[in-house]
Amino acid sequence: MNPRPLDFDDPDRLYTVTGGRSRVDDDALDLVTLVVAENDPAPGMQSEHVAILRLCRHEPVAVVELSSHLRLPVSVVKILLLDLRDTGHITVRHPTSATTVNHPADLETLKQVLVGLEAL
Amino acid sequence: MDSKPSDQPAAPGAGGAPAGPAGEVPLRRTVRDALKIVIVGGFGVGKTTMVGSVSEIRPLSTEEVMTEVGVGIDDVARVSDKRTTTVAFDFGRISLDDHRVLYLFGAPGQQRFWFIWDQLFSGSLGAVVMVDTRRLEDSFYPLDRLEHHRMPFVVAVNRFDGPGPQPSLERVRDALSLPGNVPLVDCDARLRESCKGVLITLVRHLATLHDPTALQEAAQ
Ligand SMILES: Nc1nc2c(ncn2[C@@H]2O[C@H](COP(=O)(O)OP(=O)(O)OP(=O)(O)O)[C@@H](O)[C@H]2O)c(=O)[nH]1
Ligand SMILES: [Mg+2]
Repeated sequence: MNPRPLDFDDPDRLYTVTGGRSRVDDDALDLVTLVVAENDPAPGMQSEHVAILRLCRHEPVAVVELSSHLRLPVSVVKILLLDLRDTGHITVRHPTSATTVNHPADLETLKQVLVGLEAL
Repeated sequence: MDSKPSDQPAAPGAGGAPAGPAGEVPLRRTVRDALKIVIVGGFGVGKTTMVGSVSEIRPLSTEEVMTEVGVGIDDVARVSDKRTTTVAFDFGRISLDDHRVLYLFGAPGQQRFWFIWDQLFSGSLGAVVMVDTRRLEDSFYPLDRLEHHRMPFVVAVNRFDGPGPQPSLERVRDALSLPGNVPLVDCDARLRESCKGVLITLVRHLATLHDPTALQEAAQ
């Protein structure tokens, strides 16, 4: 787990994939935001967009799982996802019980988590 | 702007039975709420093993990049990699019911990876700190950060075979200066039941922090 060079083929790929953009609207997508494809890839679409739409066309897939399967860093995947969202190709389901310091998970959610874990 | 023409073959399972990217176990279609728990600890302490012991998918890994100026992709692209830090982390998941899935993240505890912590902790229910009694000092930084983030946590002691007697949990508590109300448990990350027990301890702790009487009914 040492810092190491990015392990995909070509570092320039990152730049190309995102069209050189660095914008990450950080609050827009969480690591566990669930992504659902709304339609099939359009002809001529960027290959990473196509790959995302294929990965989440049958069921929701979390941002972090997309990142793992595409072998792209999370922040790059987020940029690609915002493109797809802005063009209506995907919808997202935000984590509704996400907690903050001032808003811990509600008791009902915690109890459901316990039930789920005990059933493991 | 296209990096490649869009001619890749369909993902495995496409066209046939629904098969998610995780292959064996796709998420349920009805899932709408994803929860997070983070497992932190020093190098080789058993984080990935723990994720694998309870996850319904084999642990997956991915990475995040950071540059000196933040998460700017521009700089990432011009990899003079002195300026780029990559942090790898892994994760697994447990489907809790039709609507909820719990993600478990295994995150490195070293200080140089601080930048991933905000992302991982953001929205998390809580954390498990794994400690190796041979290297207790590896947990000082994670414990400090968790307190700083006001992230509730439990401590799991992974016992590795080593020379000499194992310190008792009380000794570990003292050495880590853990407050009395922080649960401290033994764990063998290779055993599903043991890991399940750690996660249950965490969630019960969270419920109790919320409301000290929350689980009294259940306990009777
Ligand atoms: N005795 C014992 N060995 C363990 C336990 N958990 C993990 N191991 C072993 O310790 C080694 C490291 O475990 P990992 O799960 O890879 O540790 P990690 O924290 O993910 O390591 P890094 O990601 O490299 O920091 C493996 O060989 C495991 O089989 C445990 O509870 N007890
Ligand atoms: Mg690991």
